[in-house]
Amino acid sequence: MKDLIRKLVETTGPSGFEAEIRDLVQAEIDPLVSEARVDALGNLIARKGEKAADGLRIMLSAHLDEIGVIATHIDEMGFIRFTNIGGVHASTCIGGRVRFVGGARGVIQAERLDPPDKIPSLDKLYIDVGATSREDCPVKVGDVAGFERPFLDLGDRLVAKSMDDRIAVAVLVEVIRQLKDTPHELFFVFSVQEEVGTRGAITAAFGLDPDLGLAVDVTLTGDTPKSRFMEVCLGKGPAIKVRDSGMLADPRLVDCMVQIAGRLQIPYQMEVLDGGSTDARSIQVSRAGVPAGCLSIPCRYVHSPSEMVDYRDVQNAVRFLVEFLGGPIHLA
Amino acid sequence: MNPDPRNAAPKIGAEQIDLLEKLCNACAVTGDESEVRAIVLEEVRPHAAEVKVDALGNVLVWRSGSSAEPRRKVMLAAHMDEVGMMLVMDDGDGLFRVETVGGLEVRQMAGKPVWVGREHIPGVIGAKPIHFMSGDDRRRAPSLESLRVDVGSGSTKARVGDRATFATRFQRIGPSLRGKALDDRLGVATMIELLKHAPPNVDLLLAFTVQEEIGLRGARVAAYTFDPHLAIVVDSTPANDLPAWDRSENTVYNCRLDRGPAIYLADSGTIADPRLARHLLATAEKHGLPYQVRQPGGGSTDASAIQRQREGVPSISISVPGRYAHTAAMLARLADWENTLALLYYTLTDLTAEIIPLSGNGAK
Repeated sequence: MKDLIRKLVETTGPSGFEAEIRDLVQAEIDPLVSEARVDALGNLIARKGEKAADGLRIMLSAHLDEIGVIATHIDEMGFIRFTNIGGVHASTCIGGRVRFVGGARGVIQAERLDPPDKIPSLDKLYIDVGATSREDCPVKVGDVAGFERPFLDLGDRLVAKSMDDRIAVAVLVEVIRQLKDTPHELFFVFSVQEEVGTRGAITAAFGLDPDLGLAVDVTLTGDTPKSRFMEVCLGKGPAIKVRDSGMLADPRLVDCMVQIAGRLQIPYQMEVLDGGSTDARSIQVSRAGVPAGCLSIPCRYVHSPSEMVDYRDVQNAVRFLVEFLGGPIHLA
Repeated sequence: MNPDPRNAAPKIGAEQIDLLEKLCNACAVTGDESEVRAIVLEEVRPHAAEVKVDALGNVLVWRSGSSAEPRRKVMLAAHMDEVGMMLVMDDGDGLFRVETVGGLEVRQMAGKPVWVGREHIPGVIGAKPIHFMSGDDRRRAPSLESLRVDVGSGSTKARVGDRATFATRFQRIGPSLRGKALDDRLGVATMIELLKHAPPNVDLLLAFTVQEEIGLRGARVAAYTFDPHLAIVVDSTPANDLPAWDRSENTVYNCRLDRGPAIYLADSGTIADPRLARHLLATAEKHGLPYQVRQPGGGSTDASAIQRQREGVPSISISVPGRYAHTAAMLARLADWENTLALLYYTLTDLTAEIIPLSGNGAK
């Protein structure tokens, strides 16, 4: 699975520009599913399984897109001014490198900072692609880039620029691979534009009109020096979301997930997240409403170029989902 | 003989400017767009297959193409409403407290003449004369609570709940246009012209929307009704293109006058469909039209609401640039308007089925 993860996390795919990563995922899953199509916004939607008498239509969602930057101005000297796509922080940009969707590469630097220890706003930063003038700059206003950083395998811990949310994409691909039998009609949605407001999931959920929705995404942790207060830690298992700032998970679904994890003795943690949300918030309020929840992969340093997950949490998430989706689900 | 539609973009002449003037002098503060709606209905009815005013007050227009299938159902949207004010409390003697409607900054208000209500009752937002200002008064913007709309003693027609706009009459100034509501009557007038010169290869679905300025509310329900294959929003975007005071390079112009229509690639509400973005850019190049890419960043248009309706709608926006948006007077260029109209026209005539395939092949 690490080879798959490496391939997925090293691909560039900022929100709205998911074509390359989508093609990669589609190639992985095409032989394993009944049908895979791409909708009007670019969501990749794969169907697997037939609905038995006690089965449900279930939408699973992991987003293809990652945060990035978009060029707003090329100055006379060929430096590129930019703004964010999704939650990009200046503190993790400076000194970093980017790769534009067209292929150009560059480094991010800042104007002289005054005072020097103050974190600047994004408009004080620029990208240097090695150009010397506006004319020879290979980047145009509106061109989009992702952060560039190679995959790092530390054994149990894995680091990459886009664990959010390629690690969940890898989990769903692996679930598709391992799941042999299910009473449900499963729709694996590899969604677009999550980082700019869970937009892809809005239209995918409308189109699918599912009985149940489950997002698979990363969540924050509270296990680093002087970090936020949060129960979730790396290595203690996938997290069952109770709430985040965009969604209250369906309590019946939460109970059901807890029971199954307990029965199978899969380690798990309960997640209460202060800020942030996932595709589940869009699924939940689609049409007449959908019971929804989220399985989270704990992740340190989210929205930095070095996001860290624990490989055992990843494998346990796969194990959990294969079991969860392989049997009947009763929301009581 | 009819001219080839692929080479015959409509022009802006006296008739079009007169219509823009009429639209711009009408008052349609968000929530009561009736005055503009009446003008739109009169203009579109002779050219439409079907016209409907929906539950929220959007004017929806259907006009099918005549070319062979497959034709794309193309939704165009421009908003009828404008930012303004509402009278909220009667202090007596012709004085009213006021609230803003939509993105209007208090600093723009004091001292400006206004029109109040459907009858355009003249009034003024009273400002403290310089004679009575302390040093602090001069440094600070007045608070909204301290401002009053003064319609003059004895007027009984103004009442709480009335909407008010700046009393700015439309004017053409050489190559420029000045008006209070060019955002987005420019878009409204553009769509009316496109309907009058409807290309035969597409089915046009026009939404003259309400309540854009307070959260894209009209467009959302209009897109639900239309369920289109793709959407193009026609709006007006602020040009922040004056030279910097210290002559440094202006890197935050958003867009510039005289550079042609501003094509949106990303704002805070929408990432433009890359296929439509490529199509618009290629169309401008092919027909030799000036164009500019609006600087990606904040702001949003009706496209944000349309794009995420139902199963999703590939969407993009295009704007006529204008200086001093959401103040008493916006200034735009006639040439930018005409080039926006031309770019939209050719975008439609050159729209082939391959650009937005109907199934199994999403945004690339």
